Amino acid sequence: MSTISLHDTHNHDSHDDHGHHKETFLTKYIFSQDHKMIAKQFLITGIIMAVIAMCLSILFRLQLAWPDKSFPILETFLGKWAEGGRIKPDFYLALVTIHGTIMVFFVLTAGLSGTFSNLLIPLQLGARDMASPFLNMLSYWFFFSACVIMMSSFFIQTGPASAGWTVYPPLSALPTAISGSGLGMTLWLISMVLFVASSLMGGINYVTTVLNMRTKGMDLWKMPLTIWAFFLTAILGILSFPVLVAGVVLLIFDRSFGTSFYLSDIVMGTQVLPNEGGSPILWQHLFWFLGHPEVYIVIMPALGISSEIISINSRKPIFGYHAMIYSLIGITTLSFIVWGHHMFVTGMNPLLGGVFMITTLIIAVPSAVKTFNYLATLWRGNIKFTPAMLFAIGLVSFFISGGLTGIFLGNAALDINLHDTYFVVAHFHLVMGSAAIFGMLAGVYHWYPRMFGRMMNNKLGYLHFWLTFIAAYLVFFPLHFLGLDGVPRRYYAFTEFEFMQKWLTVNVFVTWAAIIGALAQVAFLWNFFYSIFKGKRAPQNPWGANTLEWTAPVEHLHGNWPGEIPTVYRWPYDYSKPGAEEDFIPQTVPFSQTMSSNMPHDFEGNAESERIQRAWEEQEEAAAAKTKLD
Amino acid sequence: MSLRKFISNKTIAGLAVILTAFANTGAFAQAAEAAAATAEKPVDMGPVYKSAIFYVLAFLVLCLFIAIIGKALKVYELTRQAQDKPKGINWNAINGFLFALFLIVGLYGVYWEYTVHGNMLLPEAASEHGKKIDQMFNITLIITTIVFILTHIALFGFAYLYKNTGKRKAYYYPHNNALERLWTIIPALVLTVLVLMGFLTWRSIFYKVEDPNNKPISIEITSAQFSWAIRYPGADGVVGVKNYKLINSTNALGIDFNDKKSLDDQVADVMVIPVNKPVRLILTSKDVLHSFYMPHFRVQLNTVPGMTSFFEFTPTITTAEMKKKTNDPKFQYLFLCAKICGQGHYNMQKEVRVVSQEEYDTWIAEQAPYLTDDLRKQFNMPVTAAPAAEPAAPAATDTSAVNTNQIALKK
Repeated sequence: MSTISLHDTHNHDSHDDHGHHKETFLTKYIFSQDHKMIAKQFLITGIIMAVIAMCLSILFRLQLAWPDKSFPILETFLGKWAEGGRIKPDFYLALVTIHGTIMVFFVLTAGLSGTFSNLLIPLQLGARDMASPFLNMLSYWFFFSACVIMMSSFFIQTGPASAGWTVYPPLSALPTAISGSGLGMTLWLISMVLFVASSLMGGINYVTTVLNMRTKGMDLWKMPLTIWAFFLTAILGILSFPVLVAGVVLLIFDRSFGTSFYLSDIVMGTQVLPNEGGSPILWQHLFWFLGHPEVYIVIMPALGISSEIISINSRKPIFGYHAMIYSLIGITTLSFIVWGHHMFVTGMNPLLGGVFMITTLIIAVPSAVKTFNYLATLWRGNIKFTPAMLFAIGLVSFFISGGLTGIFLGNAALDINLHDTYFVVAHFHLVMGSAAIFGMLAGVYHWYPRMFGRMMNNKLGYLHFWLTFIAAYLVFFPLHFLGLDGVPRRYYAFTEFEFMQKWLTVNVFVTWAAIIGALAQVAFLWNFFYSIFKGKRAPQNPWGANTLEWTAPVEHLHGNWPGEIPTVYRWPYDYSKPGAEEDFIPQTVPFSQTMSSNMPHDFEGNAESERIQRAWEEQEEAAAAKTKLD
Repeated sequence: MSLRKFISNKTIAGLAVILTAFANTGAFAQAAEAAAATAEKPVDMGPVYKSAIFYVLAFLVLCLFIAIIGKALKVYELTRQAQDKPKGINWNAINGFLFALFLIVGLYGVYWEYTVHGNMLLPEAASEHGKKIDQMFNITLIITTIVFILTHIALFGFAYLYKNTGKRKAYYYPHNNALERLWTIIPALVLTVLVLMGFLTWRSIFYKVEDPNNKPISIEITSAQFSWAIRYPGADGVVGVKNYKLINSTNALGIDFNDKKSLDDQVADVMVIPVNKPVRLILTSKDVLHSFYMPHFRVQLNTVPGMTSFFEFTPTITTAEMKKKTNDPKFQYLFLCAKICGQGHYNMQKEVRVVSQEEYDTWIAEQAPYLTDDLRKQFNMPVTAAPAAEPAAPAATDTSAVNTNQIALKK
């Protein structure tokens, strides 16, 4: 007994010391275990990777728009991959592949979940840090190594992986099939293993923290929708990413150790390969078992972020809080049984195609519910157009536009003619690419004061939003029509086909729109990096929000709150509640302080609280009657 | 005073940057000249760098312009503040208005896209099942377009109508179960209809009942980097067995000529098919994944090494008719590769010609068999007399016809 109490005091002392010990540059900025710093590390790495991937996309857009023109400047930078100023076909495919890989995994998975889960889970739940800060640090450094390895493939003789971001074998397995499947593909696979390790460490941490480290009063049904989204995203990642690793390991075996998991009956030129008995379709099953949940791993955090931002800036509670959560849960569950819709035309049993079509179209229902709930939240709101709010509205627009084209592609019969055409490109760039990146940008603008203690410039934010929003639609909307005309994706040039010639002018237009969209990001980058040092100092609660992160001091400190962690009394969406003095009531305000605005359902059937409230109301009525009489 | 100092510092720094940039260009240009002296084909990079720097500078000037506007706005707002007047610019009103404008211009843009780009699409489906797919597509398009327009009117309309004016309080409206049930059930019902129709269409495409009076023509397609091989079954109507291990420079497909059904198989450079007759495609791949895609017929299926897949369709419009319908004398059907397969992916095409039955019959009779003299030697078969090549061809088909009859008898 005595040993236990001794141990306890010891623990307590060491915790008090913790706040005072001196941090070096290395422990504060590099190998930091503080969730806020790790969030910033994820964010800045994500932004750098996004800029790289965007530049890659501009390179291949140049090739698509002017396939016959030479740009000598490209040779200066790319050397033999752009001899005579023209990008080579295999390097074109490498650009497409690495653009996709970086955007999907490094920007929209790690950059989005990594940043905001790390930043917000402890802050919005009232925890001092993540459940395992050390694992959290490792998660970032695994991610960073994955990025470095992926980028290093641009500096090798045979070039980066170039079999498309889905790296279907045999193309990705045979170096004789395409030069990128040499060392570049090996680096891709190593990078991906590290990346998955990183996201698993992150995911386990997020789930543990959400389940165990919520502050007093923060039950699951009082959590902000952001946390719900991050929580479900983490579960999705934990369950699906290991399958990708399994697939990747088998592909490494096929490539390096002569196994035949994915290879069979292959003749390169006239050289008969010894592999027998494997199936390339197996890779597709394994890949898409992750790959489809992956697109929800990308979009769900963005939806969570936009729910929060739309509610705050409409000064209204999010409409249908419970429906929002149930639809997230529905999406999470269904996303595990829809992967086959990527494989309708692989030649797998048509019966499976029918089944996957049913599950795929069902997933549109929770998505529709979310959309309508966003609209209902905006209805009769009092909308403040902060840059974050603009991006959140932009997200809803992209989510609708891209989601609706999903109904075409999810239909197996229609997919026959649309599969692997530009229609698919347009669809997922809107619903997954643009929507998720808008969610991420909304989050950056919204929580920037929390991350850096300073404000970003609003006007540059407006400029950034409008240019990006318009450019994104100008880029992706016309691409649908290319797909409907039967133009396949990943084509190096449209010059070889008579029927594609008419789309060349559209390609020029799209490329110009893409260039304008890319240049618009300079407004963001300048705003972001300049404001870190020179932005206006942030007030405690700049947006008038209810959640806990805005009660923590602006100046960061290890452990988030000095003194006690705040207690939570109410759900996070009491905006513009009738009878309240202000148009928001933070989660930390107990009902006893807001007698005038309490509603019957606030007490969740607690008889004692209801009695007190009724007594207070009667008293108020009596007082009012008395003043009337006087 | 401090402002002047600031300006002069900035100007000097800016000048320094520009100078270094030009100095570097000079260095680059010199290097380029040096390289040009040694290289066979001299490329003058001077103008290239100059134009690159020109664009960079133009962009920097644009940034400067935006910065000046930003400063001017700030000065305006600060003076308003200093004079205790209400805030200068109401950004909520501006952004709300921009959303309304975006809605109107955007709707027109959508209309323009539907009518202009929408008219540049594939012509009507040239196959039986393709018509069903197109019908399905049109229904889906109508439903989604309605939803697309209504939700966007709501989204941007609400953004415009309910922008903050400082006079109103938002309406506290956390949930409404009836409404939520409504917009769960309606999409669910609409999607059920779409799923059912899609499922039936899908079934009708892949589960076909063979009509004994109109048996399909089998055509085998083999994809390779970066070409297609077409094999017709010959008179017996069955393409023979092949084995990838037999592939060599003379036997590109690895056809096993020990199988009697292979003997009459024919090579073709274009795919010619008779109208209104079902075609059964046998799809295989020699090296990596490809995708056999015939957009005009709404046919697509991947070709997978180690696995044979099948697609059956019936062409309904001949090439000549389609030329008239599209008003394009150069029109031709084709198939192409839709699955990334390597550096030549963007140019894997073959012509498809849909003709009348008579034309098909004369065409097919002219096609050479796969079995060449070299192959006969390889499979230890008697080589036919070389000089009699012309008359030998019909003779060969005759023998195979006999073979077929025998097979048919066995069946």
